[in-house]
Amino acid sequence: MLELLGLLSFGPDGWGDEIAQGALLTIELALTTLPVGIAIGLAVALAKDSHSPLLRGLGNFYTTIFRGLPELLTLFIVYYGGQMLFTRVAGYFFEDAHIEVNQFVAGVVALGLVLGAFSSEVLLAAIRSVPRGQKEAASALGLPRWRVFRLVTFPQLWRVALPGLSNNWMVLLKDTSLVSVIAISDLMRETAIAVGVTKQPFFFYLVACLIYLVFSAASSAVFVHLEARASRGFKRVGGH
Amino acid sequence: MQTLLDALGTGFLWLMGLLGLNVDLMERYGLRFLDGVQVTLELVLLSVFLGALLSLPLAVARVEGGKFLSRASFTYSYFFRGTPLLAQTFLVYYGAGQFRPQLTDIGLWWFFRDAFNCAVFTFTLNTAAYQAEILRGGIESLPIGQMEAARAIGLTRYQAYRKVILPQAIAIGLRPLGNELVLMIKSSAIASVITVYDLMGVTRLAFSRSYDMEVYLWAALLYLIMVELVRRIWDVLERRLNRHLTLSR
Repeated sequence: MLELLGLLSFGPDGWGDEIAQGALLTIELALTTLPVGIAIGLAVALAKDSHSPLLRGLGNFYTTIFRGLPELLTLFIVYYGGQMLFTRVAGYFFEDAHIEVNQFVAGVVALGLVLGAFSSEVLLAAIRSVPRGQKEAASALGLPRWRVFRLVTFPQLWRVALPGLSNNWMVLLKDTSLVSVIAISDLMRETAIAVGVTKQPFFFYLVACLIYLVFSAASSAVFVHLEARASRGFKRVGGH
Repeated sequence: MQTLLDALGTGFLWLMGLLGLNVDLMERYGLRFLDGVQVTLELVLLSVFLGALLSLPLAVARVEGGKFLSRASFTYSYFFRGTPLLAQTFLVYYGAGQFRPQLTDIGLWWFFRDAFNCAVFTFTLNTAAYQAEILRGGIESLPIGQMEAARAIGLTRYQAYRKVILPQAIAIGLRPLGNELVLMIKSSAIASVITVYDLMGVTRLAFSRSYDMEVYLWAALLYLIMVELVRRIWDVLERRLNRHLTLSR
């Protein structure tokens, strides 16, 4: 047992530092994807909420596609497809052009597309939960459109959207493990490398699982805090 | 029969050619893709079915079990819902390889030797955790009077669960259970990483040999068809099974 724990030490003999770096990259990837995915989700939600049937159709089409495809497939399509597309485009200008798509960027784009599809549903429900009169009253007070959104619509929408978005985040955190398949040195891949050398798969994958668990637990603590803060204006029956 | 099938195949390929798809590629890999779909469906249906069986005791233990049982069930769900399926799959598949002598001793190596079995095993444990959570929500949303009335007419606790509580809990959880089935279809693509030739595995094989992006589009289409079919079927199922509930709404 002690021998196994020794494998986790930092330094040249242990895998602790490599795995910690991988874990850091996993967090980096998730945090980079989050704003991208939410921005896409917001745009798609607004499209689905718009008056134009064309925009609504496009929004629904987007959601159906990226909610229905396996995340792994989306990742491959973005990574290999992007590579081929850019190579072909560059081929028009330079002969023998070959472009490597950065794996991290491909990961962010693919996970962002998926997160966008899922979060658009959450955001759409949240947008619709804010009564029309709120907006009308705010603009009757003379607030410009942007401030209506920032001061009136958004705080109410945020409260409704948070539980759903927290779910989306948890799913995203776990989905980041898929990028190890296209050779990004995230937690999963560093673990796989350690396993390759030490031949201790059970121990190392268990450690990786526990690290993911810690991330999940920490995120849910953050979300509990955020949700309490967002709903501080609301008193519930028997609530605090 | 054979000639009819051949004719159908040729007709299909001709049609695909008209759509501008790569007919040579499809002639070479088309049938393997169908095999892949079959493996994916087997993998998903088997795991979801076995997971459903496992989720029943897990959910009941969570609600009824004493301190120890309910906590054990909670820990189980927490672990499988909080970690990536990919990590769980590696844990089982490569972990089993590491414990080969021990597994041979207890006569289980034949099972874990096969990547497909490992995938079914992992997916079953994973989906059981999610399904148990859905069922628990259903059970806890029932008014206590349901149990009291069942006990009052003389049913044992076991009978009450089987005949009164669980059927209602499942009806309440029907929609999230359908979502879980869809999620499993998508997640099953992970099996391709441990050398299972499911739809994703076949696609990766075909791509690595042909370097034609088109195969990914076929896979995308096939996955979308599966997911949409399940969604539609589930809508009908839900409307039919919950038709007694629509009146009260």
